[in-house]
Amino acid sequence: MTEKYNMPDERGHFGPYGGIFVAETLIPPIQELNAAYHQYLKDPEFIAELDADLKNYVGRPSPLYHAERWSRELGGAQIYLKREDLNHTGSHKINNTVGQALLAKRMGKTRIIAETGAGQHGVATATVAARLGLECVVYMGSVDVARQSLNVYRMKLLGAKVVAVESGSKTLKDALNEALRDWVTNVDNTFYIIGTVAGPHPYPAMVRDFQAIIGRESKQQCQEATGRLPDALVACVGGGSNAIGLFYPFIEDESVKMYGVEAAGDGIATGRHSAPLCAGRPGVLHGNRTYLMADDDGEIIETHSISAGLDYPGVGPEHAWLKDTGRATYVNITDTEALEGFYALTRMEGIIPALESSHAMAYTMKLAPTMNKDEIIIVNLSGRGDKDMQTMAKREGIEL
Amino acid sequence: MSRLAAKFEELARTGRKALIPFITAGDPRPDFTVPMMHAMVKAGVDVIELGVPFSDPMADGPVIQRASERALAHKMSLRRTLEIATEFRKTDQETPVVLMGYLNPIETMGYENFANAAQRAEIDGVLTVDLPPEEGLECSVLLKARGIDPIFLLAPNSSDERVKKMDAAGSGYIYYVSLKGVTGAGHLNTADVENKLQQIRANTQLPVAIGFGVKDAQTAKTIANIGDGVVIGSTLISKIEANLDDLEKAKNEIVELLASIRQALDS
Repeated sequence: MTEKYNMPDERGHFGPYGGIFVAETLIPPIQELNAAYHQYLKDPEFIAELDADLKNYVGRPSPLYHAERWSRELGGAQIYLKREDLNHTGSHKINNTVGQALLAKRMGKTRIIAETGAGQHGVATATVAARLGLECVVYMGSVDVARQSLNVYRMKLLGAKVVAVESGSKTLKDALNEALRDWVTNVDNTFYIIGTVAGPHPYPAMVRDFQAIIGRESKQQCQEATGRLPDALVACVGGGSNAIGLFYPFIEDESVKMYGVEAAGDGIATGRHSAPLCAGRPGVLHGNRTYLMADDDGEIIETHSISAGLDYPGVGPEHAWLKDTGRATYVNITDTEALEGFYALTRMEGIIPALESSHAMAYTMKLAPTMNKDEIIIVNLSGRGDKDMQTMAKREGIEL
Repeated sequence: MSRLAAKFEELARTGRKALIPFITAGDPRPDFTVPMMHAMVKAGVDVIELGVPFSDPMADGPVIQRASERALAHKMSLRRTLEIATEFRKTDQETPVVLMGYLNPIETMGYENFANAAQRAEIDGVLTVDLPPEEGLECSVLLKARGIDPIFLLAPNSSDERVKKMDAAGSGYIYYVSLKGVTGAGHLNTADVENKLQQIRANTQLPVAIGFGVKDAQTAKTIANIGDGVVIGSTLISKIEANLDDLEKAKNEIVELLASIRQALDS
């Protein structure tokens, strides 16, 4: 099935997943966006501008770093880290916001809105808005505003208005609800930069296409460094944008195993987690059909994770499809295990990962020892841990 | 003929406009809803839109969001909303009831199970905010086969092509969302609504009910006269919210407002 992978279909379906499930007022702007996305992703001038921005502003290509000491310590596969943490603003999120902001400019939109969980996408959006001189409003759950206050300050410095969302569980899903409400009210001048591979079509495909540079570079860099393809890819999955960015260019390379790591929070059995692919069910939320955390009545359940960026009850529809077809495997890592990953990478390699990425590190610690020393794992180090210093210090009982 | 079709035909025959209140099932308590529905019928409403509480009401403003939250705090659900409709139907065989909500509770129940349950509860129409006709065909077919009208939305930015699509996919009536925004917003422009209705009328014979942003009897009358009926929701729910410690008062205030709108519509 992966020989010729050609998802999604014209209306944004990945098998039964994806699609366009929105209120009628959003249909025209979505059609307008879809037309612009198809036009400009084939436009050599647009691509040239995007490539130049990725090189000169974001700092791409990001290195593929052989974590030799950590690999030796774990005693199995050779671990390569895709250093998205070294991008401008500190995570992979900027790959997408640079692209969408260029689209917004081409479409003549003067106002940008975004939702954010950990604040990485919010910062990446505020950054590109500042650069292009566009008005920017970022919606963020009030729980996340409290636990990611450094990023809130960064966004404000960059000139964005940060709106703390008090409804529902006061986290990422509620920020998305509020951003959709803003969009429906201000459709004429506003471009909604969704930060992950979810939402109505074309967002899942478009965000994937902007993030796929991660996988394209990884493939080439792995060839250059080792002369062959990796054996496994590992990435954390909240909405799933860094994972799909790494996976997508490898989907047709069937020898490459793919592992998406969901947040198990306090543990899947406790029900306090954010792992819809591992423990959820299909449903419709935020414009697409996908796996969700919902109860028997279809009401969305509150999620839990130490990392704000993974604290989301849905997941990109393409991941739902990759799960059902068996092309990718979805696993989960608890808060406690993620912290082990956080400390391991910090002390073994001198790299402090974001708590989101720490989930991928923790799974790598389980996977690598089961593989041979001549095998290769590429792990997406999707963001740096600076934003989590307060959370970590607090856990250790230290006041900063 | 469906209850909705019969109702709109009767209204057209007598030259009257439909008064359509929206309340959320189970807000603020499950036992409030059925008596409130009967009281609204006495006040002269023609169709009742019964909101199905959802955890993530993306198209709703803060007033209806909080109504959902209050209802969900009492474990309200799609299943229990259908029980409320069944209870109402025991003593009112006339008034059409339209369920209005979001898709995920219906997906979770399963389309066919839902269509059967809605038929048993004698529901007359189903409006699913986040289910446009392109994705809604399967569900619409099941509903229509059971005599239930699938009702679709149109918006100020809907093209002729969209109007035609709703005309083909929907029945009962079309719900025209009179402004770009969420429920309960406050910047309704009647001239804009008038212009848009001409475009809609040119492309569909279905009755058009107009909602979003209607707050008082005078606006209701103006709006209703442009279309075939007027939907009023957030304003009613605000009265529940303002009187949570005295629900009898909330009920009386809602009845008074609806009666005054009825009078304005008929004068």
